[in-house]
Formats: sequence, C-alpha cells, structure tokens
Amino acid sequence: MKQREVVIIGAGPGGLCAAQKLLEGGAKVCLIDRNASLGGQLIKQTHKFFGSEKQYASKRGIDIMEILISSLTQYGDQLEIMTETSVVGMYSDKVIACVKKDKFFKIQAQSIILATGASEKSIPFENNDLPGVYAAGAVQTLMNEYGVKPGDNVLMVGSGNIGLIVSYQLMQAGINVKALVEAAPSISGYLVHASKIRRLGVDILTNTSVKRAIGSEQVKQVEIWDLDPTWQGIEGSERILDVDTICISVGLAPLTELLQQLGAEVRYIKELGGNVPVIDKRYETTVKGVYACGDVVGIEEASSAMVEGKITGLNALEDLGYDIRASRLEMKALHEELKFLRDGPHAAKVRAGYLKRGMLT
Amino acid sequence: MRIKEHPILNFKAKDQVSFSFNGKTLYGVKGDTIASALHANGVKKLSESIHLKRPRGFYCAIGNCASCNMVVDGKPNTRTCITPLEEGMVVENQHGKGRV
Amino acid sequence: MIDKTGIAIKALFEKEFPENEETLNRPKAIIECYKEIPCNPCETSCPFDAITIGEDINKRPDIDFDKCTGCGICAYSCPGLAISIRQFKEDNAELKFPYEFSPRPRTGQTVNVVDRSGEVITTGEVINVIDKSKQNKTALVHITVDKAYMYDAAAIEVVKNES
Repeated sequence: MKQREVVIIGAGPGGLCAAQKLLEGGAKVCLIDRNASLGGQLIKQTHKFFGSEKQYASKRGIDIMEILISSLTQYGDQLEIMTETSVVGMYSDKVIACVKKDKFFKIQAQSIILATGASEKSIPFENNDLPGVYAAGAVQTLMNEYGVKPGDNVLMVGSGNIGLIVSYQLMQAGINVKALVEAAPSISGYLVHASKIRRLGVDILTNTSVKRAIGSEQVKQVEIWDLDPTWQGIEGSERILDVDTICISVGLAPLTELLQQLGAEVRYIKELGGNVPVIDKRYETTVKGVYACGDVVGIEEASSAMVEGKITGLNALEDLGYDIRASRLEMKALHEELKFLRDGPHAAKVRAGYLKRGMLT
Repeated sequence: MRIKEHPILNFKAKDQVSFSFNGKTLYGVKGDTIASALHANGVKKLSESIHLKRPRGFYCAIGNCASCNMVVDGKPNTRTCITPLEEGMVVENQHGKGRV
Repeated sequence: MIDKTGIAIKALFEKEFPENEETLNRPKAIIECYKEIPCNPCETSCPFDAITIGEDINKRPDIDFDKCTGCGICAYSCPGLAISIRQFKEDNAELKFPYEFSPRPRTGQTVNVVDRSGEVITTGEVINVIDKSKQNKTALVHITVDKAYMYDAAAIEVVKNES
C-alpha cells in the first residue's frame, strides 16, 4: 500500500487552493481527480468571475484555472498528480481505494482533504430521461471544453446563476436559446446576468415550468405551462416550443458519498444543498485529520471554494505538525473573505445553512 | 455539431481520432471524450434503461450519473463522459447491466 | 418587476444617469447594477477613484460623475456587463457597450440597437470597436445613434456572419 502525507480528492478550485497552501508549507501532496485534467469545473467557466481581487474577480474562470495550476508546477516531486483516477472506497483509518485505468490500488493517508464538489439535480416531468435533456453544467462542458454543440434550439430550466450564465454561453456558441423558464415567482440568480440575456432577446418566464418533453428517441419539442401560486400547473396555459435540447439548472447536490463511506457524520441542511458533512470552524469533519472544502461542504460559488480550500490546506498543515504560526494573519483574513462572500441578499440561503451549523460568525 | 467560431475560446483544428461505434467508423478529435465525440457525430442515444429499454443520453458530464455508460473495448459500464477517446476504440451501446 | 423579467424599467435606470443632462456632454460610465452582489472590479479597476463600493463588496457601486472620465475600463472589467459609456455629441448619442460575441462588428457597419427588453428600437453606426488584449475578450463597441435613444438603448443586437 502506498503511504502518502496528504491526499486531496478533487482538483477543482477548492482542491487546487488546498494543494497550494500545503505545498507552500512544505507538505507532500497527492492530488487525485477522476478527470483527465486538473481544474474541475473551472475548465468550462468562460465568463469573468465576481468577487474581489483576492478571488481573481474580473478574470475568466478558465484563466483562474491556469493561474491555480501553474502555481503548483514549481513544486516538482513534492506534488504527485493522479488524474483519470476514481476513488472507489474510503475507510475510517484513512485508507483510500482507487482505480486508474482498470488498476486497483490503495493509499494510506495521514491527512485527507475532500473537495469532491457537487452534482447537478434534476426535476420530474414526463420524458425527462430522453436524450436531449441535459444538466446545464454538462452542456457547458460539452460546449466549452470539447467545442461540441448540444443542439440548435434550447430551453433553459432554472434562473439561478448557472442557468443564466449557461444561456449566455449557449448564445456565444451560436446556439439559439428559445426561452428560460423559472418555477419560482422571481429570478434567483444575479440580475446583471438576467438582464444580459434579456436584452439579447431571451424571454425569462417566471411562474413557468416544463410539463413534458416530446419525442421518442430524442427531444423534438417541449411543452411548458404556467404555475399557480401553489406551484401547480394551470390547465389551458400549455404551449409548445420547438427545441432539441432542454437544459436543467435546478440546483446542485453535494457529493458526500465518500465522506459517508469514511464514516464522517453528515447532516441534512436544505439551504446548503442536502446532505453535508458536519464540520467545525477549521473545516475538519467528524473524522480526525479529514477535512472538506468547496461545494461538498455546502453549495456556494467557486470564489468561496477557493477560500475554503486555502483554509483547509493550512489546517491540515498544522495537523501534520508544520509550523503555521506565520499564517495566522492569513487565516484570519481568509475567514474575513468568507464572511463578505456570504453577506448580501444572494447569500441568504448560505447564511441560513451556516446558522444551522452553528458556524455563523 | 462542432463550434467553429467562438468569442472567448479558440477551437483550433485538432488531429482526428478514428473509432468504431456499433461497427461503424466515426471520427472524433484529440482531446474528446467518447461521449463528446459521439455527440459531435449526432449520436445522442448512449445507453438504455435496464427494464423499459428507454433511450438514455448524456446527462451530468462528470462521471456521476451513469446515463452515458457504454461498452468500450468489451468493457461494460464505461463512463464515456469522462473517458478520453483513443484511436481504434471499439464503442457499443450497452444492453442491460453488462457482464465482465 | 426586474426581479421577474430581468428588464429595468425607466424609473429604475433613470436614477443611474447624471441628474444634470449637461454632465453627459462628456463621456460617463452608467452603471446598471441594481442588486447587491459580492463584486467590486468596477471600483478596483477605476484609475480615477470615481467608483466606490467599500470594504463590504456586497454594497452597490456609487459613481462620482465629476471624477469619471468615461475611459471605459470599468465597462470591460465588470463581470456582469452592466456598465456602458454614454455621451451626447451634437444631435447624437455616442455609446460604448461591452460585447462578447464573434464576429465583432466592423467600423462603419450599421447595427441594430436594442432596449433593455431586447426589442430593436433603432439602428446605429459603429464608430470603432475597442478590443485590446488587456480587455480579455470583452470588446467595447462604440456606436452613434440619434440622441433620442440616449437612455433607452441597452446593447447592440448580436451581429451575424455576413454570407
């Protein structure tokens, strides 16, 4: 069995920032990701990010990814990268079971950081399993990472930031966005993103949802309808749109399966996306020496994931016996950054979640 | 089905990669996953549901949902959305749960 | 209403313009950021300290039109593409809108100009397309329209490939 000082699972914004802090502090890092390249979902974020300069605001996600990855290259053998590697099992003694290209192996870690991210949710409607019904983030991957069009005419379902941003990015790829429907009475993402697609001609229809997708082998059309105040469809309000793609953007669910295998306690907190790990202020889970950061801890923006990554990196360093006294001010500043990122009306849900966690400072 | 012009990204012409899908030769490009190459060829049905045999396509693109599982080089349940395309790969639709 | 449609109504966007119309005889940044979000590149990018958000980056930006020179740096730095540069010039309004589509419009080209709901309200002529590498692919399309559209113009319609 391989012995490793710190293993980070997931090389998205959280995992990469955790790696950066650990490497800076002198630890040997093993970074695992099931994808062929590092960066997680940053690889498809072609838009300029929000936040402040500390979280690379105004830079595009794809460029932030390059910055984060290139900051790791100077560490040579101190960093071991395992891509195309899926973690298939985890045990409470910090043994990690992996599969890479049909080869099975185990790693004994002293410390673990889980940065596994989240998966996109779906919603029930007739024919929601037809090819052509895709998660919005998946469509973003198809377009922006692989340069492949998901289809020619799209209905976007959900007005959170992902739905609004992917609608815009579909248009940038030359794809027609027929409309965006939102079941709630108001737009849930940032208004600047909504206004951006609205002035380019995309109808944003609130109190509206999908009744059914139409097609046998793949989506040919979609039927949408108005919802009444109790969120029930109104008979007679149905209309049909000719689309070959339905993008579902109705929220994310933290990927906590590995944490649960490991025996870390999870708790259902709706505001944070579902089952989330029980953590303390240091982002340590209930299993000593196992930390979590990013969307797996609770659904937020990539900017928060980067800050949490740095926090867990520093805390894991301390656990491993490295002297982090010089980083005390930095740690304080990181917690301050999180506080601002979780301020404001758009972060109300996140705050409610952290209140339940007893971690609102 | 490939994006030719993009304001932010530069999709340069890439080397072709040939593979077989249900016995037919198709072409993807270097850097594709199996699923992206199939989609670029207009193939949307990747798998089917086990009991009702309903068509299933791409869904999550992160190797999580199993909707894109196919038989690749004889190996069933291959997550084609995260498996890089390689020259000469033999890709087939999977029927049922798959046997090793 | 904007919460439901994404469209700012006149009563809302008028407040973001200078009170005194003469101020617009010089180019000025018009910021249409109606809701608090954690974001401050407009403030940090401004070389003239004309935009203030403050330590809490969730506050809405506040612009000092006396300091603003209409240079356009904030317009391509804003991740929300919520800033335009506007100026009266004789009988016309000269506007600079951020633009992130390909192909770019050409100088001299006639383009459709849309309002905040995406309706085409007039045409404009492209004076210049500013697309330097530091803008990182957010071009500024500089157009001239009849001055009557100073307030209602919100963007140019996406330009299609000429075939």
